[in-house]
Amino acid sequence: MEALLAFTRPPLDWHALAPELTLLAVGTILTLVDIIWDEKSKQVMPTLAGVGLLAGLVPILTLALDGTDRAMFGGAYMVDDFALVMKALFLIVGYIIVLMSVDYIRDGDYYENEYYTLMLTSLLGMLMMASSRDLISVFVALELLSIPAYMMAAWRKGGRRSNEAGLKYYLMGVFASAIMLYGMSLIYGLTGSTSFSSIASAMALNDGVTAMSILGVLFVLIGFAFKVSAVPFHNWAPDTYEGAPTPVTAFLAVASKAAGMVALIQLVFVAFDNHEVIQPFFWLIAALTMTVGNLIALRQTNIVRLLAYSGIAQGGFMLVPFAVAGQASERALQAIVIYLIIYAFMNLGAFSVVLAVSRKTRSGELESFGGLFQYAPGLAVAMTIFLAALAGIPPAGGWFAKFGLFRALLDAGGAWAATLGVVVAINTVIAFAYYARVLGQMWFQPIHEGDERPIKLTSALGSALVIALVATMAFGILPGLVGHFGEVAVLSTLGR
Amino acid sequence: MLLNQFLILGAVLFCIGVYGVLARKNAVMVLMSIELMLNAVNINMVAFGFQHEVVSGQVFALFIIAVAAAEVGVGLAIVLLLYRNQTSIDVEDFDLMKG
Repeated sequence: MEALLAFTRPPLDWHALAPELTLLAVGTILTLVDIIWDEKSKQVMPTLAGVGLLAGLVPILTLALDGTDRAMFGGAYMVDDFALVMKALFLIVGYIIVLMSVDYIRDGDYYENEYYTLMLTSLLGMLMMASSRDLISVFVALELLSIPAYMMAAWRKGGRRSNEAGLKYYLMGVFASAIMLYGMSLIYGLTGSTSFSSIASAMALNDGVTAMSILGVLFVLIGFAFKVSAVPFHNWAPDTYEGAPTPVTAFLAVASKAAGMVALIQLVFVAFDNHEVIQPFFWLIAALTMTVGNLIALRQTNIVRLLAYSGIAQGGFMLVPFAVAGQASERALQAIVIYLIIYAFMNLGAFSVVLAVSRKTRSGELESFGGLFQYAPGLAVAMTIFLAALAGIPPAGGWFAKFGLFRALLDAGGAWAATLGVVVAINTVIAFAYYARVLGQMWFQPIHEGDERPIKLTSALGSALVIALVATMAFGILPGLVGHFGEVAVLSTLGR
Repeated sequence: MLLNQFLILGAVLFCIGVYGVLARKNAVMVLMSIELMLNAVNINMVAFGFQHEVVSGQVFALFIIAVAAAEVGVGLAIVLLLYRNQTSIDVEDFDLMKG
């Protein structure tokens, strides 16, 4: 009892926590400003949120320059290069989404001030997720990033579709985290520890393959498969994406998915080493996710739904390297990180164009893109670049991401990896078919409803588009840029 | 051994919860079923923590209880919102969009 009561605070590394603390502080300031000035503060909210997100990048830079790995709470919270790369990605994605949201949220029927606070809270959860190396901190980070996202999905006042989106996302999300927790309890029971490194060593002692460990590992992976909307756990995604406000859809499709992937990376590459269970599982869901996502995307007529299914399929591509995590761990991890970074920018870019066009046409249907090139050539060219990137056509960024996948599969070798490579190749072609349909609408179809007024791009949305465009092109032409981040992540996660 | 009985209780509770989520139409009942699943996890955690004689299982259970409360708060708020806009909390009534 004495020993229990003698509590000493674990040492805190304030520098390492600075990005999270910045977000927390800005979130608090936003709430206070909202309480004090209420309606008058609407103008400054997005600016404050954006500045706060950029301010969070400063400590990340200083930490990166410092270069030492900082572990806290007995290794449960780790600030290493992998965490820093992912945190920087989350902050930049958050900034772009704030830019995308400004006009959309102001002009629509939404609560404005709380929206930005919730988004910052969710991003805080994502930053935590990048550093979590322990079952408890992963769980807390996951809930911190999910709970605000449930609310954001249902954000439109009195909008029945938005409400429905929120309900579906909430129920599936909570159900998934309950399954994940049950898996975690089994793993904890098996290994007697919650930290990833001790779980790995305990599992190695136990030979790894007992019914309990298989069940535990699969339950945890299924929980995260819901988060990254992998087939067959994807049912919520299309409805939620369509019903939620479009910037929130972009947030879910990019940031939330990336956070799920970050957790999966840590679990698969650090904690669980029973690859004889993990690899077939990922082989199956990666193949299913790509194929089902692409096939359903083929017959979508709503552009947001099309992007939703395309996002599911892209998630499938990202899951591919997990299927060879055992044989080619370095290449696989690098491929996932690179894919995540490039996917974030190209998908955000596509969503920005959709936002810009739907501001004028007030429609989410594919036909609303008809003849876009004739009255908004800049947007049409930008959309073409983003779709080419998503399809994997050089010189736009996506080709390097796909290249990474094939390199990992080749490195692994063997019949299973080769078959998966063939599935990836076939899916790339299928995906091109529906991206080409959007392209066809923009370049060759008559103008939607004969409305030739040019599209006025607001400065915020324009900046979001430019950032995404520059990043997408830069990653395509100078793949070394993003390749470097991949190598850094490999070094710090696998320690070689 | 005593541990088995806790684990069986946990597994049974968890299965009842999963059944409730899948079979119930009332959104509040679905929420309660999810609570059952989370509490099954808590029982497991505490039992395993007792078996390993480390406190982290109990700590994990406390975290789950706290987070579950926040989750249910948001969930009930969403259900209330739906009831206001649609005067129904039957999950099958929400089918404007078909995944």
